[in-house]
Amino acid sequence: MAQVIPSGQKWWSGGKSPYNVEYGKLMMWFFLMSDAFTFGAFLISYGHIRFSSNAWPNPNEVFKAFPLMGEMNLPLVFVSLMTFILIMSSVTMVLAVASGHNGDQKAVTKWMILTIIGGLAFLSCQAWEWTHLHGEHAWWGRNPFLNADGTQSSTNFTNFFFTITGFHGFHVFSGVIINIIMLIKNLRGDFARRGHYLMIEKAGLYWHFVDLVWVFVFTCFYLL
Amino acid sequence: MENVNSGGGHQTPSFDTKPIWRTFWVLLGITLVELTLATIHLKTEFPPKYVLNGIYLILTLAKAFYIIAEFMHLRHELKNLIMSLAFPAMLFIWFLIAFLWDGNSFRNLRNDYDRYHVEQSKTKVQKPAEGKEEPAAKRPGTAE
Repeated sequence: MAQVIPSGQKWWSGGKSPYNVEYGKLMMWFFLMSDAFTFGAFLISYGHIRFSSNAWPNPNEVFKAFPLMGEMNLPLVFVSLMTFILIMSSVTMVLAVASGHNGDQKAVTKWMILTIIGGLAFLSCQAWEWTHLHGEHAWWGRNPFLNADGTQSSTNFTNFFFTITGFHGFHVFSGVIINIIMLIKNLRGDFARRGHYLMIEKAGLYWHFVDLVWVFVFTCFYLL
Repeated sequence: MENVNSGGGHQTPSFDTKPIWRTFWVLLGITLVELTLATIHLKTEFPPKYVLNGIYLILTLAKAFYIIAEFMHLRHELKNLIMSLAFPAMLFIWFLIAFLWDGNSFRNLRNDYDRYHVEQSKTKVQKPAEGKEEPAAKRPGTAE
């Protein structure tokens, strides 16, 4: 709670900025709010279909592979790695924002590069997982996995999995593009000339949102 | 608060990195707890799945709180902004309850009135041999 506010402050009677954030940052917050509802609609429709099904595949059976480990049964290991990568890149992003606050252009460059590497690592992991599942004949419209109780499963499972992780992956991809643009602008000295690094903060908000969505995707598809 | 219009977020010249790392460890710790619980459940079938699901949801919300509050820095913004975002987000409570309730009701209705569906969902099938036949999802009666 960094800001001290006098009691009886009349925020909405004019003369003050009731949110005290820059316009672009406020709009980023409201965009993320709307994006949260898009993802919420996806995940809740997934939950709706799952609640209306008598049985569902066991995620520990489906997601048990790890690169170069062949047929070894390693449930949860790969997705833990992906989660770790994304949390880590979120940390480097906040550190970039913090360096921006301190006006340290070199440190911003360093942390932005690390964040981009983290994003690319996550995308590579997802590419591997999709390729692996596709190799097992899982795709939109086909589902080779049986339900946990050994009964025939519908294609709902794969449809939701590929749609939602795909939509999230697309967000990660655009986040990486945004971060690369921010890195280039920082290297050109645009922010240093402007005197503030608010653009880095806005890109950071988007990047953390991607991490936030992954937390829910992780729980909904791999744990529940 | 006199300089509110000179560009937001510039009241604090230095940015403390200590809470960032603390948040990182919290997030990592919660994820590890989730994974440990999942692994224990895989090996021993304990705790029961529905208890575990409740724990997962609480832990997920905790993680979401830490990401929004610390990484996205919302905890340090004005209460006006926090409330403008938190109130619409409360729609999710209705959203979740309404649609999961609805899904459950669909299942019950179908099990009550669609005998074929019930029979289908009780018939165990063999896993198709690798790559030999078209995956069995194309059977009649399964949702496309």
